Order: sequence, then structure tokens, then C-alpha cells
Amino acid sequence: MSDLRSGSNLEKVLKAGHFAFTGECGPPKGANLEHLKEKFMPLKDIVDAVNITDNQTAVVRMSSWAASTILIQNGLEPNFQMVCRDRNRLAIQSDILGVYAMGVRNMLCLSGDHQSFGNHPQAKNVYDIDSMQLIALVKKMRDEGKFMNDEEIDGPPRLFIGAASNPFADPFEFRVYRLAMKIAAGADFIQTQCIYNMKKFREFMKMAVDMGLHEKCHILAGVTPMKSVGMAQYMAKSVPGMDVPEALIQRLRDAGKGKVAEEGIKFAIEQIEEFKEMEGVAGVHLMAIEWEHRVPEIAERAGMLPRPKI
Amino acid sequence: MIVAEKKPIEEIIEEIKDYKKILIAGCNECVTVCEAGGKKEVGVLASALRMYFINNGKKMEIDEVTLERQCDHEYLEEIRNQIGQYDAVVSLACGVGVQFMAEKYRRIPIYPGVNTSFMGVTEERGVWTERCQGCGQCILARTASICPISRCAKRLLNGPCGGSTNGKCEISKDLDCAWQLIIDRLKELNRLDDYEKLLPIKDWSTERAGGPRKVVREDVRL
Repeated sequence: MSDLRSGSNLEKVLKAGHFAFTGECGPPKGANLEHLKEKFMPLKDIVDAVNITDNQTAVVRMSSWAASTILIQNGLEPNFQMVCRDRNRLAIQSDILGVYAMGVRNMLCLSGDHQSFGNHPQAKNVYDIDSMQLIALVKKMRDEGKFMNDEEIDGPPRLFIGAASNPFADPFEFRVYRLAMKIAAGADFIQTQCIYNMKKFREFMKMAVDMGLHEKCHILAGVTPMKSVGMAQYMAKSVPGMDVPEALIQRLRDAGKGKVAEEGIKFAIEQIEEFKEMEGVAGVHLMAIEWEHRVPEIAERAGMLPRPKI
Repeated sequence: MIVAEKKPIEEIIEEIKDYKKILIAGCNECVTVCEAGGKKEVGVLASALRMYFINNGKKMEIDEVTLERQCDHEYLEEIRNQIGQYDAVVSLACGVGVQFMAEKYRRIPIYPGVNTSFMGVTEERGVWTERCQGCGQCILARTASICPISRCAKRLLNGPCGGSTNGKCEISKDLDCAWQLIIDRLKELNRLDDYEKLLPIKDWSTERAGGPRKVVREDVRL
């Protein structure tokens, strides 16, 4: 294991060849520590790392770095998310140093949703650098021990670098090339957008495998269980870059009153079972939005437990 | 006006060196006034390029044209019949002109010949300075007609900051402190009381941050 880049649990699990399982937790809209704990404690020992979102959908929440350190204090491994929307290159680099000093070992590099989606649409966005450049920056800081400006870092941050990929945004044919660019920029692992269109995702993975991308990077398939027909319809219509087939919405509808959530979980479990067998997929990233307490059950039923201890 | 600066000729040569016939297209508006991309600059650039390619033993045909504007369909249409004969165009208009020409003539590469800098004024011959950043919600009524968005390096709405020294900005002794200018002018207008009125947090959704902008005027549409 001397070739570990960060030594994070997630990295160790993936490098040992286990099928990884990551979860997600959105910090609360406030400094309510108990609320935060309620959200992440169900994930303890159930997932290999927990993504901590960074003002997701451009709604102000407790900072992702602070919430990440609280997870560490409670014995969970965070995957610290950082978006380029809210920070310039100075803040980005200093936050990277800060989180590493506090024990963070995984970091997901994102552009971030435009502020017009959120609760401060009058904000000035930053986008000093983009997500592709952020990946390369974290790699440079880690592997060369240098800041963006080539100055030496006193104690380089050794982070396991993650990036996102949306196989369903347009133009579809170019998505896999953008994924390849992120890997070339330095991504160690990828977490995809939530997948509902399995046919399209199979096509996407086949292209990725044909290009050998799965050998250069660990690709985790994104899963978000549908809680209701309304949620499915909302995602189909109103979430940019989301592909929810009508057949899935119908399946949820057909489940009948009071049984839709269970049908949503069943579909998620079927997906996970297929991902375990799908060439090039190294794990699952389960984004159970405001449903963190259901994750242990889903993990159990999907045969993801116990998690490997390395 | 939109102020631009000529690109270094080496950069232009690098973009066009593999072509055989190019058109250099100037613009008779802002870039003429700021002496970066008008008829005169088109001539100077064309001559310099011809000289370069002759000296380097390469055959390159270079034609010149200067349009009234490159941000309007009607003037861009004037070159429709001749543009097809060129391998590429170097436009000396601002970035707006370059893009609008490219939108119109989709199969011909259009290269920028200037760096578009800002919206500003001719302070004196050969000196242009910034005055406006197009934030979409003008606050000049509150700031004695001096814009802190474009003229304060920190875009402070309630300045000056602690770096203001002898009327100059902390980032350069050659740069006036916008807030010193505002205070001086409020004094001259006998409106110093206005200085104590706090300017509220700005809605930036109408500036660049809010995404590409569009103005639609139903009353003047055809």
C-alpha cells in the first residue's frame, strides 16, 4: 500500500479491489450540530466515505469544510466537496490546506450549480477557475508540492481527488471525452450524476471501458432512490441534465398508494446489483437526499454490508 | 466606447500562417476612435503582415476592408459576396464584432486582431480609461456620477478602504481612488450628507454573474 496517494479509507477500499460504497450528507441550513449528526450518524460504518455537499443547489448551508471536520470527530470519513462558484484561487488553495490539516483525505472537485438556482440569486459568482482546473490544481498541490503560482507548499495536502461526471447531459457523445479530460487532469475517482436511464448508462460505460478509462480511474455509479412519483416527475422536468425515463415514473405510479417509496428503493437495489456486475464500475455513490436514515436498510438489502476494514 | 488594444503581431501570425489568402476587417466605430482597429490600423497591420510573409518566403494574399460596424447585420452583409474567397478573416473589431461575423459566416474562421479591454473614455490623446462595467443597475445617482464598480479596484459600494492615500488607490499610485473622487465631487455639489447614506448590498444578477444578458424592447421590434 506504499503507492497510496492519500491513505483515505475510500482509496484503500478501491485499491484493494472492493466494490466501494459512498454516501452523502447535506449540511443543515444553520449551525444546528444535532441536526447535522442526525443526518450523518446513520451512515457510520455503512459507507466507505460520506460526501459533504458545498452549498448545494446554491443554497447557503453550514460550510462543507466545517461539517467535514465534524464527521471526522465522530469517526466517519468525509468526502469534502468544493465548488468553484464561491471561491477564488486564494480561498480555494487555503481551504484545501485547511481541510487537509483537519484530517480530510478525500475531495470532490465541482463547478457548482449557478446561483440563480439557489436562495441568493443576486449573488456575484466567482468561477475564477473551473472544475477541470481545480482537479489539476489539487493534483499539483499534492504531487508537486506547489501552489498554482509554483511556490513551494510547506506540507503539501495529500488528497484523494474526486470529480463528477454526468453521463446524461448533452451532447451525449462528448460526455465520455469530458470524463477522460477530468481523468487526465488528475481525478483518482469519479462519482456520476444519479442514474435512472440504465440503457444510456450502459452505453456510456461501454464507451468509457473501450477507452480504458476504468483502468485509470475508479468510477462510482450515482444512485438516488425515488421517494415519490412527484419527486420523479420533478427530477424529470426540472433538474437540468437529469434523465428519468417515463417507464420508471410509470413503475412508481403502478406501485400504488403507500408503496411508492418501497418501489423506489427496490429499483435502487436492482441498480446496485447490476452495477456490481457492470464492467468498469468500481462502486456506488448513494445520494439518499434527506433520506439518510434509510441508507443502512438499503445497504443491507443491496448486499453492501459489512464494509471492508482495511 | 468599447476600448481595445492591438494584439501583438506575432500572435496574429501564429494563427494565420498556414493560410494563403486572408481578409483583414476593420470597424469604423469604437475601435477606430481608440485607434486599435479602424481603417488606419487595418492598413498598418496588412502592410506589416505582407512584409513578414515576403521576408519569410511565403506567398500570402492579404486584402483589407473596413466596415461601418461589425455589430450590425446590415454592415456585415456587405462582405457576403467576397468573403467566400478567403481562407480566414482577421477582425480588428471588438470581441462582439468577431463573434457576430462568425455567427453569420459559419464556414470561415474569424480570428481576433485586438484584445477587447473595457468601456471607457479618451482621457487625452493616446490615453483611454475605464468608466463602466455594464452592471445592469446604474448607481451613479447615488455616487456623484462616479462609478465605484468600474473605478474602485475592490468594487466597494461604501468606500474608501483603508488603502486610499493622497487621493490614490492602494494598487497603484497612478490610479485615482474612486471614493476620493466621489467625496470630492459630493463636496463640490454640496451634497456631502449623501456620503453617510449606506449603499445596500447589490443585486449582481443583472451583471455578468447572472449569465449572458439580453435586452428585448417590444416597442421597437419589427
